[in-house]
Parts: sequence; C-alpha cells; structure tokens
Amino acid sequence: MPTSSFFARYSAYLQAAPLTLVLLVFLVGPLIVILIFSVFKFTGFIWEPGFVIENYERIFTDRFPVTIKNYVQTIKITAITWAITLFIGFTLSYFFVFDLIRFKIKIFFFLLVIVPFWTSGVVRMVSWLPILGREGLVNKVVVGVGLSEQPWDFLFLSEFSVIVGYVHVFSLFMVAPLFNVMARIDPSLFEAARDQGAKGWQILLYIIIPMTKPGIAIGTIFVVALVASDSTISRILSGGKMGTISTTISNQYQHFQYPFAAANGIIFLIVLLLFVGGLMRVVNVREQL
Amino acid sequence: MSDDKKARTGKAVSRRTVLKGSAAAAGLAVGSGAVSGFPTIWAQNIKDVTLRFVGSGVTHQAPWKAMIEKDMGFKVDFTVTDFDTIKNRGITQPRSYDLLEPTANNLRAMWPTNVFQAIDSTRLKHWDEAIDLYHAEGKIWPDASFGQGQNPSLVLYTDKQGGRKFAKAGSSKWLTMVPSQHNADTLGYNRDLTGRTLETWAELISDEWRGRVALQLLPEIALMDMGMALKASGLVAYEDMGNMTRDEIDKTFAIMNDLKRQKHFRGFWLTFGESVNLMLSKEVVLQSMWSPAVTVVRAQGVNAVYADLKEGYRAWTIGFMLPKHLDGLKLDAAYAFFDWLYTGSSGAYFAKQGYYMPTPQRTKEFLSEDEWGFWYEGKAAKGVIKDPLGNDLEQPGRVRDGGTYKNRMGRVAVWNSEPDELVYMTDKFDEFQAI
Repeated sequence: MPTSSFFARYSAYLQAAPLTLVLLVFLVGPLIVILIFSVFKFTGFIWEPGFVIENYERIFTDRFPVTIKNYVQTIKITAITWAITLFIGFTLSYFFVFDLIRFKIKIFFFLLVIVPFWTSGVVRMVSWLPILGREGLVNKVVVGVGLSEQPWDFLFLSEFSVIVGYVHVFSLFMVAPLFNVMARIDPSLFEAARDQGAKGWQILLYIIIPMTKPGIAIGTIFVVALVASDSTISRILSGGKMGTISTTISNQYQHFQYPFAAANGIIFLIVLLLFVGGLMRVVNVREQL
Repeated sequence: MSDDKKARTGKAVSRRTVLKGSAAAAGLAVGSGAVSGFPTIWAQNIKDVTLRFVGSGVTHQAPWKAMIEKDMGFKVDFTVTDFDTIKNRGITQPRSYDLLEPTANNLRAMWPTNVFQAIDSTRLKHWDEAIDLYHAEGKIWPDASFGQGQNPSLVLYTDKQGGRKFAKAGSSKWLTMVPSQHNADTLGYNRDLTGRTLETWAELISDEWRGRVALQLLPEIALMDMGMALKASGLVAYEDMGNMTRDEIDKTFAIMNDLKRQKHFRGFWLTFGESVNLMLSKEVVLQSMWSPAVTVVRAQGVNAVYADLKEGYRAWTIGFMLPKHLDGLKLDAAYAFFDWLYTGSSGAYFAKQGYYMPTPQRTKEFLSEDEWGFWYEGKAAKGVIKDPLGNDLEQPGRVRDGGTYKNRMGRVAVWNSEPDELVYMTDKFDEFQAI
C-alpha cells in the first residue's frame, strides 16, 4: 500500500517535523531578522534598509574600549554568580537526594526552591530594599553593633546587590539539573566503593562529581545565559550604575538604534555559542540524557 | 467546543461587516455637520467600537477610562507602559493600537517614520481655545520664556497629510499630535534631610549630598538635569542645553564621570515607582523627580519638596497620535474623543494630580474655587485638597510647590528634547555606566 510505505519511509522526518517547525519559527526566524537589522543603516534617529558593515565596524574601532569593559564586567559578574549558584546548587541537591530518605520529602524540599518564583520579578528585586538599603535590616545591625558609623552603601544599588539578586533568582536553574543527575546515581555504587575502602571525600571526588558533570554543564549553560543576557535585574539592583554588554544592547534598543543593538547582539550570541561549544567538548551532556 | 467557536467567529465577522458599511454613513453624517451632538447612526454603532489606547501611567488610569466610556459611549482598552516602550511599539507595531500617547520630545524620531496620520485641527472643536504655547509664537504667555531645546510648537505641525517634515506653528492645519498634558519638572528633595530650602540647580553636584543623589536613567534627560546644574555652577556654558554639541557633551561627561568615581550618584531610575522608593527609603536626599511622585512620597509622611529653583524648570508635553490605519467609525470616535478631551472634565481630573491641560479656562469650570486657587494660582488651600478619588492630599494652609501656573510654566529653562547628537550621547552614557 502506497500510504503506509510513505509513512514508514518518512516517519522519522514526520516525527521531527513539529519541533523543527517550532524552532524555525521561534528561533531561526527571529535570528534572521536580527541579522538583517544588523546591516541596516542608522541615520541618527531611525534605521533605513540597506547593507552596511558600519554597525559592526564601530564595535571594533571607536567603541572597542567600552565593549571590552562591558564584556569584562559581564564575565566577572557571571563568573561570581556561577560559582555561588554552583556551590548552593550542589550542596542543596546533595542534601535532597542523598540525605533525605522519603521521596515525598525530597520533592517537598525541591519545590521550596521554586518559592521565589511565586512572586513577580519586580517584587523579588524590590524586596531587597528593606534588607540591604541604607535604612535596611543589615545596615541597622551594622550601625547598631558599631561595625560602622555610616550605613554600608555598597550593600545596595551596587555590584553586590546585583549578585545577591542573581543568586536568589537563578539558583533554581542550577539545583534542577543537578537534582536530576544525582537522583540517577545508583546508591549501591557508594556501598561498593566503601567495601573497597573508599573514604567519604573519595566517593565525592571520584564518583559523585564525575557522574554529575552533565548536570553541572546544563546548569552552567542556564545560569551563564540568564545572567549574561539580563539587563533588568542588573539595572534595578545596581541603580543603573553598572555597564554590561546587555546594558549596552538595551540602551541602544531604547533609543531606536536597532542596527547597533542587533550587531552587538550577534557578536554576543557568537561569544555565547563559542562558550557553550567549548563546554560541550569538555563534558558529554548526552551521556546522561 | 468547535461549534461554539465557529458561532462566535461568525458573529464577529458579521458585526465587522456591518460596522464597515455603517462607518461610511456615519462619516458622512458627522462630516455634513447637519446633526448636532451624536448622530443617530453614531449612537447605534458606537457602543460596539473599542478604541485601544497605548500610553503611560501619567494619564492611563482606571477612573479616567471610566470617564471616557461613560461620556463617549464607546469602549476603551488601556495598555499602560513606559515612554520608551510607547515610542518603540508606536513605530514597530502600529496595528496594535488606535491611539498612542508618547511625549512630544520623541516626535523628531517618530514622525518621519510615516506610520502616523496627521490630525486636522479644523475638525477639532476646541483647538482655537488651546493655550498659545501650541500656536504661532510657541509661548504660553507673551512674557513667558520660549525655553531651550525642543519647544513643542516646533514639532506640533506638519505641512500636509502624509508629510514627513515639521511646519512652522500655525502655518498649517495639520497636527502631528493632539497635546494632552504638560508640566514643569524639577528636583525633588527631602526637606528634613537637607535641613534647608534648596534654591539652585547647582545643589545637584554639591559635595554635601555626595552619595545621596539620583537622576533619570535616560541619557537625554539626565544630561539636561546635569546641564542645568553645571550651568548654574558656572562650570560649563551651553549654547542650547536641549541640543548639546559634542564638545558640550564631552565637557558634561568629564564632570559626570568624575562624580561617578567619587560615588556621587546613589542611582538612576527609570520608572515612577523606582523614584518613589528611592525617596521613601531615604536612599537619596535629592533627585530628579516627577510631580506626582513627590505627592505620593508626601502622602507617606516624608517631607518632600518639589524644588522651585531660580534657574527655572525642565518642561514637557505629551499628546495623542493616530496611526495611519485608523479610519471610518474608529477615526470619528478618535476625533470625538479629542473634542471631549478639551472640555474640562479631564483637565480637572488631571489638575488634581498636578498636571496642566491645554484648555485651562474650561478646566476651571470643573474645579472648586479653592482647588483652582491651589493648583493654578499658587494660593494657600482653604480646605483640605483632595486627589481625584477624594482622598486627602494636602492640609489647609499649604501652598503648591513652585506656586502659580505662570511661575512654573512661564519659567521654562529647557524642554525635554532629543538632541541631534543623541547617538553620541547614548554612546557616552554607555561609557559612563561602564565606569
């Protein structure tokens, strides 16, 4: 029968078709639009269709010093957030998976990590004001116990508060993949290791960490992509005083400078893809999927 | 489920067809001027019309929406967002709204994009009554200052329908926007923390307030505020603060960068709420502020003052624009709305929040003598001054900061503007942020 042989022959393609379509429409399509905009001409107030490379050229000439500064700042903030969320994510997941025994309790604790997401993003950010502000809880204690005569200004509207905000919001993205991979580790491996005379730190170093690598890699991709591309949290919690590559893109977008923003966006995307590509070479993520 | 859906779609289509047919008829009826008030055809169809507004929190408030719907008979849909989004969405998605309310200082960027239609001022019943600011001279009173930067009269007219250039004020009947609110902005400060009354813009860069100062996170506005301060302290001379040259921008940033290194700025705010939070939490002593934000802060018990500074004010105008696609009954509804807008009830509603509308003599009819005296004439309140919802705002005896309409709008030092060197300015602001 012709129909059934058609389905038999192309079944793999047909099964892949919906996802391909979604990716084409929502990922490839917008990227092409950004690519097109990045070569449009900007006249000073508005863009004009055309093909110019000025938008890229200026990034590497006049604006090269500030671009480098922006990337250094982005990398710095991302690295610090990554290290903290990894530590929190790893210890929390370890606790959930290996220290808690009943499955329901494990899930309950895992859900607790999602609690920050029950409020809106803006509330989550503004809520740091009564804690870290000049008249906030921490500064009341600092001044009260005589640590300092003046409130510590660096606690709020600073790099510090931006990192606190990121860790608060993005830790979940490290916990979830780590929880997932750790839950797959067969506990009998630990018994076997102990029988062979392994100590606790050796189990951690030679069994758990190698086996959670794919989870670390996925969590890293999440956190790095989210932090590096954020411009809202950093704006509100730094009081608009911090310049990152996303701040630049957002400033340009706000002022209609779509071609500049698009060119910066493309370069930024290439940098991120190189990072993810490099990570994939080091860790085989598919191993655990 | 699917039947239900089909039935609903069917209904919508048929209603739209009816609307289309009657729109032409309604247009004719209104255009002929034969009928006074709303023509019968209008009255029958208008309740099915929904006008989609996109604008800012300055005007897009629920009680005002109810006022429009009650008086106009059509439905209104409000999308409230910030001015950058209004500008961007206005240009890139004109099909997603029927009326847009951006600031006049964005007109230089917005109008030439050709996505808007010019508004025929001869069709506006009350246009002649609008303040002189929007007519030939661009001065609200003969002895008022014209102000540096982009006085709204410079961008309010265009030569023809479909024209992309601005025309001299009053030389054409075609408007780019119908102005709604205007006001004079200045610095807000916490009187209890300063311990004295501030009188000059130079206070903005004073060592006394180091680390307790905030500006707006919009380069063009922040630079004008800085410009006022630097000019007042004699550090930089400007030809036109609303249109700084590269040299002037460089000089301004040289000082701003130093101030940032000395941690002079506590922060930069983008939204109304952020500015309120900064003042309420005592993070700042002195900052660029909007008038109603000062009112909110005062209502919370902080002794905030909207400074009346000797160098004058930084003023602005916002107004309604129409996208090209608007036609038929919806266009008629928009014009009817413009006529209603200037009749005074809206003027009174917004006066109680400290804003001014272009037909003050009509606004006066909707305000009590005490309210008019307080908001417009700088007189001490005799009774309790209430906000539009009837909540207590100011106690008897209190005088409005900055006083009279004339003292505030007559002493405009600079208008909110987009300078020719905006790209250079945003680039430099970027470098400022990266420090």
